[in-house]
Amino acid sequence: MARILTYREALREALRQVLEEDPTVIVMGEDIAGGLGAPGELDAWGGDMGVTKGLFGQFGPERILDTPISESAYIGAAVGAATCGLRPIAELMFVDFMGVCFDQLLNQGAKFRYMFGGKAKTPVVIRTQYGAGYRTAAQHSQSLYPLFAHVPGLKVVIPSTAYDAKGLLISSVRDDDPVVFFEHKVLYDEARDHVPEAPYAIPFGEANFVREGEDVTIVAIGRMVHVAKRAADKLAQEKIEVELIDPRTISPLDEDSILESVEKTGRLVVVDEAHPRCGMAADIAALVADKAFKSLKAPVKCVTAPHTPVPFSPVLEDAFIPSDMAVAAAARTVMA
Amino acid sequence: MQLSRTALLEAYRKMRTIRTFEDKVHDLFETGELPGFVHLYAGEEASAVGVCAHLDDEDRIISTHRGHGHCIAKGCDVEGMMLELFGRRDGVCGGKGGSMHIADLSKGMMGANAIVGGGPPLACGAALAAKTLKTGKVAVTFTGDGGSNQGTTFESLNLASVWKLPLIFVFENNGYAESTGSGWSVAGGDIVRRAPAFNMPGVQVDGFDFFAVHEAAGEAVERARRGEGPTLLEIKFGRFYGHHEGDAQTYRAKGEVAKLKAEKDPLAGFRKRVTSAALLTAADLDAIDAEIETLIEGSVALARKSPMPDPKVDLLTDVYIRY
Repeated sequence: MARILTYREALREALRQVLEEDPTVIVMGEDIAGGLGAPGELDAWGGDMGVTKGLFGQFGPERILDTPISESAYIGAAVGAATCGLRPIAELMFVDFMGVCFDQLLNQGAKFRYMFGGKAKTPVVIRTQYGAGYRTAAQHSQSLYPLFAHVPGLKVVIPSTAYDAKGLLISSVRDDDPVVFFEHKVLYDEARDHVPEAPYAIPFGEANFVREGEDVTIVAIGRMVHVAKRAADKLAQEKIEVELIDPRTISPLDEDSILESVEKTGRLVVVDEAHPRCGMAADIAALVADKAFKSLKAPVKCVTAPHTPVPFSPVLEDAFIPSDMAVAAAARTVMA
Repeated sequence: MQLSRTALLEAYRKMRTIRTFEDKVHDLFETGELPGFVHLYAGEEASAVGVCAHLDDEDRIISTHRGHGHCIAKGCDVEGMMLELFGRRDGVCGGKGGSMHIADLSKGMMGANAIVGGGPPLACGAALAAKTLKTGKVAVTFTGDGGSNQGTTFESLNLASVWKLPLIFVFENNGYAESTGSGWSVAGGDIVRRAPAFNMPGVQVDGFDFFAVHEAAGEAVERARRGEGPTLLEIKFGRFYGHHEGDAQTYRAKGEVAKLKAEKDPLAGFRKRVTSAALLTAADLDAIDAEIETLIEGSVALARKSPMPDPKVDLLTDVYIRY
């Protein structure tokens, strides 16, 4: 019997297991327990999305640390503590909030290993949620991972399934470099799949072949994997066989899997919820143009969100998010 | 607090090392031999040495862009530092950090930091690690008057107090954030006045006086080790050089620096105090001056003949992935 968990439950199980296996792991963030200093119950929230619910009761206030609303101070504290013997996991409630604390990752954590001549280890994980679909508009819906993938010294992880969420989070905590771990807010409930109970680690830089096919390669990131899957189902009815690749980590990026697939199919569609300029879609298209140009039978198509802030009105937001229709249309274009 | 003869000699040796190192770097920069940005600590030696005298290798400090003094006071290798400033392969950071990023984690020195206000959050983390792991160790963050106005600093003061961290905030107020006077930029006038707002003790100290710094820092460190939480120290003094090397310092009063050097030199003050109290002799101190002169000259000679990093190898190491 397959053991089905939601993305949220898989993340919580991973957190519980890394806290159990390593006493130097701590978790910190805003309202990750909730209720401190308030007259009602403790662990009232368990994080904005309920991922950390229950950890406070099991591990106590020395390892599950609620913070004031001061992202610079606690993201920086997580980075600093990581150089001093702890393995902190800091929850940044929404990646949009990186706007008030980026220095502590960009100029501090990301740089230590190189800038200090290889003598510093910074095993910190920043868990954060991203993405549109919750009607949370411009400051709570962005897909900002390209900003982080641009920075040497950071690893960037974007799981699309509950299985990957657990295995990649465990790998992230065991890793000795700073990891930014992106959780799509829509997937907490929508992604549910088989998750083994025992701890397991999924290596970074190994793409997942979600579906194998001969006609067109689709590379999709995060929630877009699910969108691309629906597109692939439609295309199969039209006798177009899609090879769907989920990179799972965009830094490091599994270039070999993408190139091998394109060399086989000769066609590529990249699907990304981030904006079109300087994003992963453009990056992967450039990679293929550089290293597999001769295999291409058609120009590469990118399906991305438009170059606008995320709008509020549901009709606008739905139009903002890349759709399975748009992905299927792109695939038909490269097949034509 | 009574200091032993050994402790006094060590304090003077550290202060003299900083002064001679910085004077030498000033000369080397003027001749164009050193690349990059350097910010000199001469005139401020009593602060770094007075604070770090209470710390061991397991206690952590975070410094600023003006970090050479803190590095030396915390025990970083002086030759390795000089090699780093020369961009050499065998510098303390392999030539990849430079003046503004010297770090030696084995000495508890978590880095000079070229982002003003970058250090206090990291120091909260160092203090949190000490508290969580119950090591009894403390963390110190050195910040300037400029950094005292950064949001990161205010957030860190609050977090350190909320979490009751074993952390000492040392605000080195040398009167200028780059070219801007702290009398203008620090609302409220004195940084120390901010301490009560964060529910922590605050002490303003004459930063030209090693003994005053030593005493105030000792109390703050002991308080942190007892688990009673953070303390804010405001160390007031002046720098003998510009913000950075190459700064013409036209924003300073005419004769200001000459007067500081003549009347407020912390090394001269230390010498006067210990010799007049017959704690050390002039000969003791002269011997250290000569020893340090040799050390610094030797480190420059060594740096000049040390190999550069190899771009074919060293450019791409120490980062987890290559593209």
